[in-house]
Amino acid sequence: MNFSEVFKQSNQLCKVSPDGKYLATCVQYRLVVRDVSTLQIMHLYTCLDQISHMEWSSDSLFILCAMYKRGLVQVWSLEQPDWHCKIDEGSIGLVSSRWSPDGRHILNTTEFHLRITVWSLCTKAVSYIKYPKACQKGIDFSRDGSYMALAERRDCKDFVSIFVCDDWHLLRHFETETQDLAGLEWSPNGCVLAVWDSCLEYKVLLYSLDGRLLSTYSAYEWSLGVKSVSWSPSSQFLAIGSYDEKVRIINHITWKKIAQFEHPATVESTKTVYKEVERRPAVGTDEMSLHNITTGSTLFNTQSKYEICSLPVQIPVVKPDPDRANPKIGVSVLAFSSDNHYLATKNDNMASAVWVWNMQKMSLEAVLEQTSAVRCFQWDPRHPRLALCTGNTKLYLWSPGGCVAVQVPTEGNFLGPKLNYIVLRYRKGAELQ
Amino acid sequence: MPESSLVKDGRSSSVEYGASPLRQFSQSSLLLHRNSYMLGTFCTEHNVQQCLSHINQEISSLGLPPVWTESGNSSELNIVAVLNCMYDLIQLHRRGLRTLESMEVEQLKSSSNIDHLQLTITRLKEQLELSKRENTGLLERERQLQLKAKSLQSCLKNEKEEVQKLQNIIASRASQYNHEMKRKEREFNKLKERLNQLLVDKKEKKQAIDVLNNIGRADGKRSLWKTEKTEAKHEGEMYKTLLSDYDARQRELVLENAELRKVLQQMKKDMVSILSSRKPAVKSDKPEHSGVQARSEEEEEEVFDSSKESVELYCVHAREKLTNSIRLQWRRLKSHVERLDSQASLVQMVESKDTDAVPQETQEEEMDRLKLEIQQCKDFIQTQQQLLQQLSSPCDEETASLLSNCYMLQEKERLGEEWKTLEEQRKIFERERKNFTEAAIRLSHERKAFEEDRATWLKHQFLNLSPFADSKKTPLLKSKSAFLISAETEAPEKLIKCHSDTASPTPRCVPLASASTADLYRTLCLIPENSSVQPKTNGEHVEESSMFCGDVFVQHQQWEHSEDHTPSQEKNSSI
Repeated sequence: MNFSEVFKQSNQLCKVSPDGKYLATCVQYRLVVRDVSTLQIMHLYTCLDQISHMEWSSDSLFILCAMYKRGLVQVWSLEQPDWHCKIDEGSIGLVSSRWSPDGRHILNTTEFHLRITVWSLCTKAVSYIKYPKACQKGIDFSRDGSYMALAERRDCKDFVSIFVCDDWHLLRHFETETQDLAGLEWSPNGCVLAVWDSCLEYKVLLYSLDGRLLSTYSAYEWSLGVKSVSWSPSSQFLAIGSYDEKVRIINHITWKKIAQFEHPATVESTKTVYKEVERRPAVGTDEMSLHNITTGSTLFNTQSKYEICSLPVQIPVVKPDPDRANPKIGVSVLAFSSDNHYLATKNDNMASAVWVWNMQKMSLEAVLEQTSAVRCFQWDPRHPRLALCTGNTKLYLWSPGGCVAVQVPTEGNFLGPKLNYIVLRYRKGAELQ
Repeated sequence: MPESSLVKDGRSSSVEYGASPLRQFSQSSLLLHRNSYMLGTFCTEHNVQQCLSHINQEISSLGLPPVWTESGNSSELNIVAVLNCMYDLIQLHRRGLRTLESMEVEQLKSSSNIDHLQLTITRLKEQLELSKRENTGLLERERQLQLKAKSLQSCLKNEKEEVQKLQNIIASRASQYNHEMKRKEREFNKLKERLNQLLVDKKEKKQAIDVLNNIGRADGKRSLWKTEKTEAKHEGEMYKTLLSDYDARQRELVLENAELRKVLQQMKKDMVSILSSRKPAVKSDKPEHSGVQARSEEEEEEVFDSSKESVELYCVHAREKLTNSIRLQWRRLKSHVERLDSQASLVQMVESKDTDAVPQETQEEEMDRLKLEIQQCKDFIQTQQQLLQQLSSPCDEETASLLSNCYMLQEKERLGEEWKTLEEQRKIFERERKNFTEAAIRLSHERKAFEEDRATWLKHQFLNLSPFADSKKTPLLKSKSAFLISAETEAPEKLIKCHSDTASPTPRCVPLASASTADLYRTLCLIPENSSVQPKTNGEHVEESSMFCGDVFVQHQQWEHSEDHTPSQEKNSSI
């Protein structure tokens, strides 16, 4: 595995282009575009203010840089570095900005979610979408980029609008049976839209592309409900993670629960449990010079390896504060592997453990117990390989064959990163800062 | 004397009975009250003395003063003493009777007491029984009540827990609501501030976009106006997407269904075959099975029928029929297996070698066979692994160098062989080519010779026409061509020796023929210029081109030769 040298970046803004050729990083108000293979700087752009959000267009030709404080969006072109585009939202403010799937429209959400402005880079035309809802996930584009689902709220009622991304024509507009819509997500095949309610009510509604309600799913009442939702890449399963520390799998034929995954504190039946064991290298008194301490490499670098524990295993549980809202309990992150075989979950009150479930057998495949809380994990887009990090200088990889901890060569300490995968065959595809 | 008779009777009786006179006496005294004919049997006239001593003994034993002393010989009794004694005896007797009476009274009393007590005992026993029963009943009630109390306690605990849980839920919901409310309030405040700011703010920053130049659409097409047509197109596309998805899903489901149906059919066939094969083996259960057999035969018929009518399985009836028949077969198989199990267990207990033990033995044999197979497979896998290791890991250098080319050896040998054959073929081709060139050269020679012959013949003809007939030249003709023909055989040999290019053999051929043709040429030039030159040039041209026309030209030459010869002969003959 090769690691590049460390690049400075701010705000965790470091993204690889969709075609895998370029890597864009933001440093304060500068945008640096590098070639992925050589890591040479190809372009350097300067924006007017500190960049809050950066996004590649789908065809990898343009980069959007949004500056929320100033209400500005600047778009840069890779083909013609002289080309420039600046969108000023004016006094209405800017809260979020994103590309449309065709890479030629920019959707800006104004402050207070008053409206969504659709700017066209082809025609300089503007469209407005009123009453968007400010929720966890109010906009979702279908995977093939042809439809956009938008959550709206009018007169204390939730609505969903489906737009055709071609010309922003409103295809369908229907009311949903939710109390307070929290999010929506298209299935990967673009035919079903999953809509879920806020955590105060466990309700997942499934709508067809043409707006018909296909099914409603509610596991229980009164207790805090849905925390996270994820579709499997084949659109066969919908995984719902809830505050009761369980994941329920819904199948796409009957829209009924076919499996329930629990996260008990004592793991009894699984294939393997990997426990990260840290080993500090013994430091002799001779080496404890000031130089060594300041560089900090030998003193703070601990070797990590995985040990296989025998069952039953106790996972450390942190009880959340009962008085606070949005308690740190329940399944907050769900991720399917690209080949549909595995599902990785994280239970918030067992923050240092990642659970990997085998979707073919519908059973627990492995539990990875780390020494500190897991910050994020992501699947390889090609192979069934999971990469996760816990905020230290190591990168952990799990595959059905085994588990490995890799030291990332950095200087000094290292804060929790985000992971982005490059779709390259030869190189290990994780880049992190 | 009734007393003495009485005494006598008593004595006689005592003499008769000896040992127990007192008993007799007491008995007789009792009887005295009732019967008077038992008197006077103790003492008789013969045993007076004995009776007297006996009575004395008895009296003294009773504690009374003796009646008669042995000192005096007189047989006369002391009457006073006797009377006293009698009186005492009567008193004693009376006393005894009184005590007897009292004792009888007491005995009656005690017996009545006993009866009374027994009655009370029975009564008390009954009471005890009753109270015991009540006690057990009460205990039972108490136990039930305790159980109820426990269950109620657990219910109470559950309810409390539920209440607690609900309270927790309420608390979390309340905190969530509060959180949301605070968030909304904060947003509201922000909105108010912004509104104030906007109202106060003089200059209004408008929205604007500043683009250097418009860029084309991603797909390169021109954007269309929003018309009803486009809207309808969008609707159509949407429905198309949905339909294609439904289609794909339906296809998958149909495939799955077909597979499952196949599996079910297979299972059914297997089960039927298993059950039918087991029938002759089970002898004891035959009478039971007779009914089953008939049914299973019907089932078999059904099986075959349904397999033929596979198309009909798509309707609900056939599907139900299939599932029901499978269920039936499965049940039968299950019962059969259970029977086998029980038989096997019986065998283990009884340890008899009947046909029933066969299943167990076969099972063991199966197990051994399977174990052996497993072992063989493991060995095989190991050897494969070893081989793989050998292949993948480079061993020592010698073997590595030896082995480095081993894969290519066969190919190399084959290559060498093919190379050899190719070489041989090349040589053959070379030889043939040379042959052809020689043939061509020969041809050219022959051509030349023929031309010369023709020229000479023409000359001769011409000369023959003229008055100067020269018959010597004709043999020259033949000799020249003969010479040429013989020279042909020599020329190829010469050509083979020299390996130069065969493109122009003419320079070599020419000197051979030039000597003989020189004279001809001279002579021909003198007389007909055109006719001799043209054939020559023609012949040259022909020579040059003759390289490439092999056999045809030779044949042509031959034909020309023969043609030439015959007209000359004719000519000769005519002349």
